[in-house]
Amino acid sequence: MLSASRENLTVRLGYILRRFLFLVFVMWTAATVLFLIPRMSRVNPIRERFNALARSTGYAPKDLESIIASYELKFGLDKPLPQQYVDYMASVLRGDLGVSLMSYPKPVAELIGEALPWTIGLLGVTTVLTFLIGTVIGALAGWPRSPKWIKGMVPPLMILAAIPPVILALLLVYFIGFRLKLLPMGGAFSAGLTKEFSLPFILDVLSHAILPAFSLILGSAGFWALGMRGMGITIQGEDYVNFAEHKGLKPGRIFYWYYVRNAILPQVTSLALAFGGIISAGVLVESVYGFPGIGSTLSAAILANDYFVIYGIGYITVVAVAVSMLVVDLLYPLLDPRIRYDRK
Amino acid sequence: MTSAVLQVSDLRVTYYTDSGRTRAVDGVNLTLYAGERLGLVGESGCGKSTMALALMRMIKPPGRIESGSAIVGDETDNVDMLKLNEEQVLQARLSRIAYIPQGAMNSLNPVMRIGVQMIDAIQAHRPKATKTEMREQAEAALESVELKRGVFHMYAHELSGGMKQRVCIAIGILLSPKVIIADEPTSALDVVVQRQVMETICKVQEKIGATVILIGHDMGLMCQITNRVAVMYAGKLVELSTVREMFTNPMHPYAKALIASLPNLDNKGVFRGIPGLAPSLLKLPSGCVFHPRCQYAMDVCKTTMPQQSVTKSGRYVYCHLYDKDGNQVSGTPLIKPEAVTN
Ligand SMILES: Nc1ncnc2c1ncn2[C@@H]1O[C@H](COP(=O)(O)OP(=O)(O)OP(=O)(O)O)[C@@H](O)[C@H]1O
Ligand code: SF4
Ligand SMILES: [Mg+2]
Repeated sequence: MLSASRENLTVRLGYILRRFLFLVFVMWTAATVLFLIPRMSRVNPIRERFNALARSTGYAPKDLESIIASYELKFGLDKPLPQQYVDYMASVLRGDLGVSLMSYPKPVAELIGEALPWTIGLLGVTTVLTFLIGTVIGALAGWPRSPKWIKGMVPPLMILAAIPPVILALLLVYFIGFRLKLLPMGGAFSAGLTKEFSLPFILDVLSHAILPAFSLILGSAGFWALGMRGMGITIQGEDYVNFAEHKGLKPGRIFYWYYVRNAILPQVTSLALAFGGIISAGVLVESVYGFPGIGSTLSAAILANDYFVIYGIGYITVVAVAVSMLVVDLLYPLLDPRIRYDRK
Repeated sequence: MTSAVLQVSDLRVTYYTDSGRTRAVDGVNLTLYAGERLGLVGESGCGKSTMALALMRMIKPPGRIESGSAIVGDETDNVDMLKLNEEQVLQARLSRIAYIPQGAMNSLNPVMRIGVQMIDAIQAHRPKATKTEMREQAEAALESVELKRGVFHMYAHELSGGMKQRVCIAIGILLSPKVIIADEPTSALDVVVQRQVMETICKVQEKIGATVILIGHDMGLMCQITNRVAVMYAGKLVELSTVREMFTNPMHPYAKALIASLPNLDNKGVFRGIPGLAPSLLKLPSGCVFHPRCQYAMDVCKTTMPQQSVTKSGRYVYCHLYDKDGNQVSGTPLIKPEAVTN
């Protein structure tokens, strides 16, 4: 018994190690791709930046070429490619993703570091809430004993899900923020407040988060509900659910242990993917509400041709997806014993 | 004299589908005694599972139990499954009457350990039992179906088909029910395991003194194990006899054709089927449902449903060839099994 469990432990540790190495591999690949793209494309980020500046301000520096040359020297772009690659990788390892052109000389990592907590706070929380609300409604809607009104909730949710979250966000801002003035129309906190860990500040942040959160929840709960209902209807016809009834179990027991526990498995994978995608998912909604998260940073960077920020956000998006997949791969065998650590 | 532990009378189940009404069980009467083993045979779709599910009160829409009673238990302690309220039905399932499902391969929850699924069942009926008691009871049940106690800690995917089937049987007997229904318990298993599983069912049944209904297509396997055989045709129980009587002297023309279709050494190589097709339950023939395929059919068979005949030895048959005491009506052709006359 003891030796068996010890063996089990080695298998598990081996699996975790392998998955971890895979994560490192994904991060390295992503970094390499991000290294190669700007160097393979004809677009010179610095030149583009100055051109954009010239277009918007009408001011074109006379000695543009020499300015660009001096920037390239500063970023080491004059060195041979292998040397650049080694330097680049070393800086990525140090967490250095370059500097922003838009808010020079602020490092990209710092820019992301400021925006990320807001995005995780808003999108992380809404993703969990949406998952819970949608999954519960879907599970109940697929269960034959549920009252009719619960089954009736899925179609309206689907209609809401069919409306792009931006439109939903605009509607909510207009009616609740602008017309009824019930909630702030945008931003993450009221101007004049200092960022501090105090009750009034937290309440202020929450009141600002309600509308964006609602747009995100209303916009995607329907997908979770539909997925769970579909899976639930399949599971509810399974022999093991029938056999549970033959055993004389109470409906509540069957609902959770035989029905939900099995139907939820694919939802968990989707949840991990949704977590990985929160950065891209928030772009439009964050912009509508002027919410200072990664999404807003990204759209600002795109508008300003701030390539290094775009690359940096691209990089952490890949990392976020890879990390969520790692987490799900590690947790999944706990949820479904058929998936084992020692199998691919 | 052993007492009756299952009395089914006038059981009727209908499925209301878009294409019409299917009378899947149509006026079945049946009495089973303690310690008895009944084989229930009939073509696919004739209503065997539906009858079993009706006894468990597990018919779901679009199906409906139209009428009948199903009294489970002896004179001193019995219930009518079809008259209990919902709460009582939950209590009666498994503790009085157990169903071992047709699809044992998928009847175990993949994400719960076998032991937990067994304790689940005990707890639903004996909420006061302690953890150790329940565990002991579950492991003993596993042992009685010739599984190791260690199966308690395993998951369904770690078991073979035969082991899963045994686990289902172990769950079925956990609470020593008076009636056990095993629906094609072996159809997905190879012949050797089939036999072992059947023997396990019998052993366990003797131990707890239950009556067993074995549903299946395989007359051969069935007859080696059961005491009596019931033949179902298009929702009706057309004949119920002891195994010996059924094989040497079947009364109903359909039962006779079934026996004759069994391979044996005399008719080796000759494949005998029953001419014609089983009727669609949606559009049943008038009169006796078997008449379009019956070689003894008379005019009365086309218009009038036959009544139940009961012989002195307790056989039931539904056929115009017999009067109500089961004597052959004079002038009708005598029925003998082909295999014997050949
Ligand atoms: N859920 C259902 N909805 C509609 N009709 C059904 C349903 N279940 C069974 N039936 C019909 O009832 C009839 C009897 O089905 P049943 O499953 O009882 O047959 P069976 O004798 O067990 O067959 P098999 O030997 O193939 O298991 C079939 O003709 C089938 O069409
Ligand atoms: S009642 Fe008539 S048709 Fe039906 S089985 Fe008997 S003889 Fe054949
Ligand atoms: Mg069946």
